[in-house]
Amino acid sequence: MIALIEDWLKRASLDVQEYVRLLGATARGMVTQPIYRHDIIEQFDAIGVASLTVVLLTGFFTGAVLALQSGLTLDQFGARPVVGRLVSASMIKELGPVLTGLMLSGRVGSGIAAELGSMVVTDQISALRALGTDPIRKLVVPRVLAGVLMAPVLTVVSDFVGIVGGWIVARYQLQVATGLYWSSIWQALYMQDIWMGLIKPFVLGFVIVTIACHVGLRTTGGTQGVGKSTTEAVVAGSVGVIAVDFFVTRVLISLMY
Amino acid sequence: MIQELADRAVVGGVADEPDRPVVVFDHVSLAFDDKVILKDVSFTLLSGRTKIILGASGAGKSITLKILLGLLKPDSGAVWVNGQRTDELAEEDMMEVRANLGMVFQEGALFDSLTVRENVGYRLYEETDMPLDDVDRRVEEVLGFVGLAEFAERMPSALSGGQRRRVAIARAMAAKPQILLYDEATTGLDPMTAMTVDDEIIKLRDIEEVSSILVTHQLRDAFYIATHAAVRQGNGDVRIVPADREKERESEFLMLRDGLIIFEGDAETLRRSKDEYLKTFLS
Ligand SMILES: Nc1ncnc2c1ncn2[C@@H]1O[C@H](COP(=O)(O)OP(=O)(O)OP(=O)(O)O)[C@@H](O)[C@H]1O
Ligand SMILES: [Mg+2]
Repeated sequence: MIALIEDWLKRASLDVQEYVRLLGATARGMVTQPIYRHDIIEQFDAIGVASLTVVLLTGFFTGAVLALQSGLTLDQFGARPVVGRLVSASMIKELGPVLTGLMLSGRVGSGIAAELGSMVVTDQISALRALGTDPIRKLVVPRVLAGVLMAPVLTVVSDFVGIVGGWIVARYQLQVATGLYWSSIWQALYMQDIWMGLIKPFVLGFVIVTIACHVGLRTTGGTQGVGKSTTEAVVAGSVGVIAVDFFVTRVLISLMY
Repeated sequence: MIQELADRAVVGGVADEPDRPVVVFDHVSLAFDDKVILKDVSFTLLSGRTKIILGASGAGKSITLKILLGLLKPDSGAVWVNGQRTDELAEEDMMEVRANLGMVFQEGALFDSLTVRENVGYRLYEETDMPLDDVDRRVEEVLGFVGLAEFAERMPSALSGGQRRRVAIARAMAAKPQILLYDEATTGLDPMTAMTVDDEIIKLRDIEEVSSILVTHQLRDAFYIATHAAVRQGNGDVRIVPADREKERESEFLMLRDGLIIFEGDAETLRRSKDEYLKTFLS
């Protein structure tokens, strides 16, 4: 039993070491030549633009259901008109970043792990190195850049359609006047909230993509291994999103509020 | 032809002199955990010659090529490529050495997100300053060489196994490396296609003066390559002819077993060998 735990700890610490080394190499790859511009653009498209649909849909329905639920609760206090404030605060501070993060780890994290994993098991990564290309510069750097910069953009989109979804429910289901809904949002919009909502997705995007790249690149064991890596990337990415969200929130609260 | 030789000399940094050792393995050993793959392997490849590495499945043939490319580091021993010791080189410095090496991976290892053209021209497009027009021309040239000129815009997934293998060969030779490594370039191909691939290998060796290491299970192909030569005829065409004894000796066989080299010699010596294991392997 002890031996098993020891073994597990040893492997875990090796894994963390590898991960940290990957982060170092990625940082180096971002600031030194060669930089593969074409791949960076491609990844912005693959990670950012292609995730738009899923982010739009989840954002919209989350905002809508938030309005429905808080409408019920607010009625108990006769405070139905402030529904907009509740929806926007929850979307901007928490649900927008976290849900976008979860969607990205499902859509992007799995894709990255599967792609890099199958490149490993079919020797394509070896072939890249044999042809004089550093796989980290060519594959990891563009994905990390795209993930880090697109996650905030997608989060803002999600926040916005969430608030719009809330407005539709508020207007047609809860019978709250449009002017009232939006003015309650403006009144309660604090700069700190906006900062929090923008800083989080940077970190979450980074966590999702780097974990997925790490898991993908250390794939072993053929096609089966690729499947395992894909699952692992989604699980680790999702847990990472929730956990990191907590810690970032904690830090930001003590810094800003 | 002269232009090509000059090009290659510039790439390699050294003029091609005959009998210069281009690859040296000096008491190389490698183990994965407690599983010993290579115990003590030493051999030398001279410029313009061919080494044919034989051995049962799992004998460590692919590993040998990967060590040579610097994709794996040996546990002990030294590896020299073009006079430079490479087993201690950092990955960044290894990139320069790899500019002289071309590798045909066992399963092809084509980039499946790129077209055949982008695969073949990969190194030239991405890692050199060569003008795009020149790269395109070179890609067409090597694709023509392996008979796949009309497949340039296809994706690798839309190719047959043999076509993929030939694209892999084209990719390995596109940047005119001095040394080509073939890992099972003909395994799983029909005899006709295998023969075409063999002919390419012979042509590269005899016309382009590439040094090569060949890993294979296919003895028929190995002997064919060892015992044939390519000659350029008066009208510029290249023909494959049986090699004379002298030429034959330039191709050496090497048999790996249990991490050791148990045989090294030319085709004739291998045929005449009395060793039981070799005889079973050959029959
Ligand atoms: N990453 C690895 N980890 C552990 N063992 C490995 C690894 N790669 C290869 N091996 C083992 O090393 C041995 C040699 O592998 P190698 O690929 O060189 O065989 P090979 O001679 O090319 O065989 P084949 O003819 O089947 O291609 C095999 O027994 C293989 O199981
Ligand atoms: Mg092999």
